[in-house]
Amino acid sequence: MKKFEKLASRVVPLPIENIDTDQIIPARFLKATTREGFGNNLFRDWRFDSNEQPKADFVMNNPTYQGKILVAGKNFGCGSSREHAAWAIQDYGFDVVVSSFFADIFKGNALNNGVLPITVPEEFLEKIFAQVFANPATALAIDLEAQTIRIEETGDEFIFEINPYKKSCLINGYDDIDYILSQREAIENFEENR
Amino acid sequence: MGKTLVEKIWDAHVVKSQEGFPDILYIDTHLIHEVTSPQAFDGLRKRGLPVFRPQQTIATADHNVPTLDQHLPIKEELSRYQVDMLTKNCKEFGVELYGLGHPYQGIVHVIGPELGITQPGKTMVCGDSHTSTHGAFGAIAFGIGTSQVEQVFATQCLLQQKPKTMKIEVNGELGKGVGAKDIILYIISKISAAGGTGYFVEYAGSAIRSLSMEGRMTICNMSIEMGARGGLIAPDQTTFDYVKGREFAPAGEEWDKALAYWQTLYSDEDAQFDSVLTFDAADIQPMITYGTNPGMGIGITQEIPTTSSQPENEQPSFQKALDYMGFHDGEAVLGKPVDYVFIGSCTNSRIEDLRQVAAFVQGKKKADNVEVWIVPGSKQVEAQAKLEGIDKVFEAAGFMLREPGCSACLGMNEDKIPAGKYCVSTSNRNFEGRQGPNARTMLVSPLTAAAAAVTGRIVDVRELV
Repeated sequence: MKKFEKLASRVVPLPIENIDTDQIIPARFLKATTREGFGNNLFRDWRFDSNEQPKADFVMNNPTYQGKILVAGKNFGCGSSREHAAWAIQDYGFDVVVSSFFADIFKGNALNNGVLPITVPEEFLEKIFAQVFANPATALAIDLEAQTIRIEETGDEFIFEINPYKKSCLINGYDDIDYILSQREAIENFEENR
Repeated sequence: MGKTLVEKIWDAHVVKSQEGFPDILYIDTHLIHEVTSPQAFDGLRKRGLPVFRPQQTIATADHNVPTLDQHLPIKEELSRYQVDMLTKNCKEFGVELYGLGHPYQGIVHVIGPELGITQPGKTMVCGDSHTSTHGAFGAIAFGIGTSQVEQVFATQCLLQQKPKTMKIEVNGELGKGVGAKDIILYIISKISAAGGTGYFVEYAGSAIRSLSMEGRMTICNMSIEMGARGGLIAPDQTTFDYVKGREFAPAGEEWDKALAYWQTLYSDEDAQFDSVLTFDAADIQPMITYGTNPGMGIGITQEIPTTSSQPENEQPSFQKALDYMGFHDGEAVLGKPVDYVFIGSCTNSRIEDLRQVAAFVQGKKKADNVEVWIVPGSKQVEAQAKLEGIDKVFEAAGFMLREPGCSACLGMNEDKIPAGKYCVSTSNRNFEGRQGPNARTMLVSPLTAAAAAVTGRIVDVRELV
């Protein structure tokens, strides 16, 4: 898994609540049997019309907004457990998703792929949106070790929470399977003694 | 202090609990399907690992299979390749597969219970968010991502934080024409599509107790639609009667032993839940969704809420949802015309659902403006429906009885609702484009769907039963 330590980047703002994984990657694109290439279809039906033409009013088609950080409304990633959503976000080029609330399964899937989901308070999220819409060149600085997210232009900073185990996985590029395989003996003991 | 049902089952499956780490949770049964498993099998190959406990793993093909002419090769190339890949992977790794053509094939959350694989007290996972369905039996069951599918393949365990617990009680008697689907749509409309996030929900109360196993599965199935990872119901005589005698259920002495354990599976009187909610069954009417997430539901006689009644920062999303659906602030849904009716999915495709629909449409015909698709949950459901003559009732009504699969619930195969069309659906998600690009979904119970099928409109089924 890719390591994550620090990132400073401009952002793509998506101030919509309850973005489900069917929007992130519609089911008809789940037929692939590898993990690659899902980025082309990220937010497919919001990005492109039925004639495959980019929709000019969608933020990802607006060159004013770009960067490695996606900022979205609350309850991001709800719905289907498809990990393809995390793969699509990563494949498109996002390393971080910021929201005021994440759906459980998406959050786990993102972490398992080295994409950092950062939960911030509603007011902080509103500040990011306001700042980015006022000045699209606004950047966010993220430091995983210190668990901080800062709006560079205003200096507003928030200390976010992350499970310490998951934090160390991201910083070191380890995944769960590496850890859990090391516990094989405990698993076999459990099976014998139940 | 006593334990909740979730805690009892969880604690019985913890392999290791270490400060600063998630628990290592042992998984009794791993269900897999063609869409979320290929990358996990690939991961095993790259690591040079076998499936650790293949006999605790069951596979079926459901998400991406056609629901017509299943005896023929799959026409669409990518779908055929994906289904073939499952067959190849199961063979290589020694996993039992109930694939196309097998008498046990069907939607993964329909076949587990009907085969007796789903049992009280178990831990069960699947790369599908509706795995919560199996909680109806008093099991801890939840959906996982593909990296976690690989984890369970490799170790039969998952790293998991112990969830918070919520109890949702529904007391009293349900009115005529109101069923399990209405209960769960009602609950979600009250607590929102995110109201259960971080929790495992235990459903309790007299209205829940009075439900059949099929009804309980419908309730637990949609736990994820309020964000809850899982939902469960303490097992009782209804549960034991359902499980007994099924193919993979324990028998003889094993049954007695299992039953003695299952009878200990309930939340203790003094158990503490992190949250408790109570609802009155008498307040629930047939429900319908008007928006683009399952929390956007109303009683069928109610009006669509106004945008201005929503929190200010959520108004743009609310307006976007109404625009997508072609609806307006404060309108009634009653009387609106319908283009498609879909009766199927892991929420409502079991034999009881089909029986209920058949009993209602017996002697009636579908309205001319509606196309009706009935997709049974499994080959066994399909066979039973034929045995009971239900297929003939549907045929006479002009309904199309298709073959088992997830079908138009997610529109991954060719069963898609055309752009702009309204589909009254017994499935679980009304997200934008869920049933096909720009398709408009309204979630309802099987009975309300049947009423829409014969009238061609949204109607209050209570006036017809």
